[in-house]
Amino acid sequence: MIEAEAPRAKAGRAPDVFRPGGWIPMQGYSDEEEVDFAIVGTGAGGGTLACKLAEAGFSVVAFEAGPFWRPLEDFASDERAQGGLYWTDDRITGGADPIELGSNNCGRGVGGTTVHYTMIALRWRPEWFEARSKLGYARDWPISFDELEPYYEEAEEALKVSGPVDYPWSRRRRRYPYRAHEVNASGLVLARGCERIGIKWSPLPLATLSAPRGMAHPCIYRGFCAYGCSTNAKQSVLVTFIPRAIKAGAEIRDHAMVGRIEMKDGRATGLLYHREGRWRRQKARHVVVAGYAIETPRLLLNSACPDFPDGLANDEGFVGTHLMCHSGPGVWGYLDEEIRSYKAPPCMAVTEHWNYDDTAKDFHGGYAFMSQGPLAAGWAQDVATNRGLWGMALRNEMTRYNHSAGLRIVGEVEPRRENRVEVVPDEKDQFGLPIPRVTFSYSDNDRRLMRHSIGSMRSVLDAAGARELWDDDDTSHLMGGCAMGTSPKDSVTNADGRTWAIPNLWICDGSLFPTSGGVNPSLTIQALACRIGDRIAAMAARGEL
Amino acid sequence: MSDDFRTPYADYDVLAKWDTPSWNDRTREVVRRRLEEVPQRRFLTEEEWRLLEAVTARLIPQPDRQAPVPIVPWIDEMLFENRGPGFRYADMPPLRDAWRQGLKGIAGEARERHGTDFEDLPPDRQDEILADVQHDRTDRRWWGDLPAGGFFLHLLLHETVAIYYSHPAAWSEIGYGGPASPRGYVRLGFDARDPWEAEERHD
Repeated sequence: MIEAEAPRAKAGRAPDVFRPGGWIPMQGYSDEEEVDFAIVGTGAGGGTLACKLAEAGFSVVAFEAGPFWRPLEDFASDERAQGGLYWTDDRITGGADPIELGSNNCGRGVGGTTVHYTMIALRWRPEWFEARSKLGYARDWPISFDELEPYYEEAEEALKVSGPVDYPWSRRRRRYPYRAHEVNASGLVLARGCERIGIKWSPLPLATLSAPRGMAHPCIYRGFCAYGCSTNAKQSVLVTFIPRAIKAGAEIRDHAMVGRIEMKDGRATGLLYHREGRWRRQKARHVVVAGYAIETPRLLLNSACPDFPDGLANDEGFVGTHLMCHSGPGVWGYLDEEIRSYKAPPCMAVTEHWNYDDTAKDFHGGYAFMSQGPLAAGWAQDVATNRGLWGMALRNEMTRYNHSAGLRIVGEVEPRRENRVEVVPDEKDQFGLPIPRVTFSYSDNDRRLMRHSIGSMRSVLDAAGARELWDDDDTSHLMGGCAMGTSPKDSVTNADGRTWAIPNLWICDGSLFPTSGGVNPSLTIQALACRIGDRIAAMAARGEL
Repeated sequence: MSDDFRTPYADYDVLAKWDTPSWNDRTREVVRRRLEEVPQRRFLTEEEWRLLEAVTARLIPQPDRQAPVPIVPWIDEMLFENRGPGFRYADMPPLRDAWRQGLKGIAGEARERHGTDFEDLPPDRQDEILADVQHDRTDRRWWGDLPAGGFFLHLLLHETVAIYYSHPAAWSEIGYGGPASPRGYVRLGFDARDPWEAEERHD
């Protein structure tokens, strides 16, 4: 295990992520000092917003339950040793299709889940923001693609996304900041298959460097992206927005677990948090919750008080509901060529054909699929548990690892009220806080989409020359739980992430998503965070905060 | 089930890269600990440990090795530290209870069917029992509320396989590149092998 058990960011300094053993100066605030914004979480939502608000001149403290790493010295090239990157506190997962949590979708540490994400940086299909009005399913977002477009661009610039000159989907855009990476063999399997059946494919836009940037070198194609980047080529929030935030005056508090939002007279007054063995209080004029789709609703529910007996911002009972993942069935096969999928970022090629072509679909929504790059232990678990293989049959099958290639979808999942996060009052975590219970079941539409996608992936792999095809079952990402909307009757916040019920309580993470779309959510979360930051600054200038 | 093992990477040893730029100090430290500091028994009873040794020896048979890759010590460590994956299925008891109950279940099946301990059965009888556990063909008396198939797939097999394929000996036998920092890879295309990668050889 990598270990950084005690807080590092304190006493006026924070770890310098670019130098082993290095430090950078950091502004500090006392608990008594009422800061403008206390932010819970430092991932794609919270870390990005902390930077935007600090650069706009607000005083900001961001709280992170996990450690503050220096990737260059803390991260090993090893799947098992990197287990400390994930949120592994107790949680219960149930329903007809329980979602695998932990390493599958939950980060813990400054930078959040972006520290172990696969860096896929895709914009949404423009019509998804008006899914109900334009496509006839699910619900509309309270903002349009037009409103978010400049913030997509801002996020892509901030991450120096490497991408092709012409990406074939979403709205036509300027060139990506950095050139595309060479596609690895696993991606070339997807390319060959798509070309043979006559659909478009593209190298993926990725938030990993294809040229030097400041202290960081270009990606060396080591392939451990899902286990933390030890070279800083990955443009996680930890090495992008966080250093910017600190430079602009934000304080980041690592190993600081927030247990409750404190309330008085219908307004949030600050946070109760646990750090260095004791509970402490931070005063704040505004509180932003950015703990991702499980911890955000959990904190709102665990902050129930006499004025808000069902939890904060939960007057209509929406908090925790409409939780979504992306469905993720995969198809795998063997090729004559050596693939060696452990090399380079795990996903390098994509087709979004079925996100944009709605003809001949027996379902609502869309899916993309990407080439895959499992490492040894993860691959072995996949083969063993999905095919039920063990014994010498498993050991022999595993020797074909270097010839295997696969595809996996990011599949849209319907927002449904019964899929939700609750808290379990009689089961407590190590801080004495009620643990979350997640309930999830696919809808009939979700199942039709998955069936359709398996057929598509099989035809692409077959055309690429893969043999002995088999399917597996997985999910990725979490979204929803505190949806934004146009009315308190059907949502938790407005388009700015401001809760309807409590004017100085905000949400800024993937839990805001009213629908899930068919691509990875991180770029959209970061674009939303950039927009919310600008909106808050504009409202403050007009005296509307 | 045949116990013959064949690999096209018989000549490849990932540890030969230990002192090359493919390995950095941090990685050498965690892999050295894995190889040299195998933990002692702290959670399982002696009987549970012996049974789990016999079970994992069927899940990952290693007749080709003088010194098998250790698996049970790491399961014991995980249970001692009560370190779960970050979730438990709603139909499963907490981590430690689930493992204890699962081992009880396997032991009960063996004694009921053959009147002897699982570890004293011949390998094909052991495999029969494990296959029945995998497919939920078990007697409720030995399992209580624990779903046998769920225990087998999500806990027992999942963890055993992760531990084995985290060992350099397993990396070598499948031709996996292993640690790769600060030196990663250069040749990414079809059949494109860097000189520091495993070479496939078929006789």
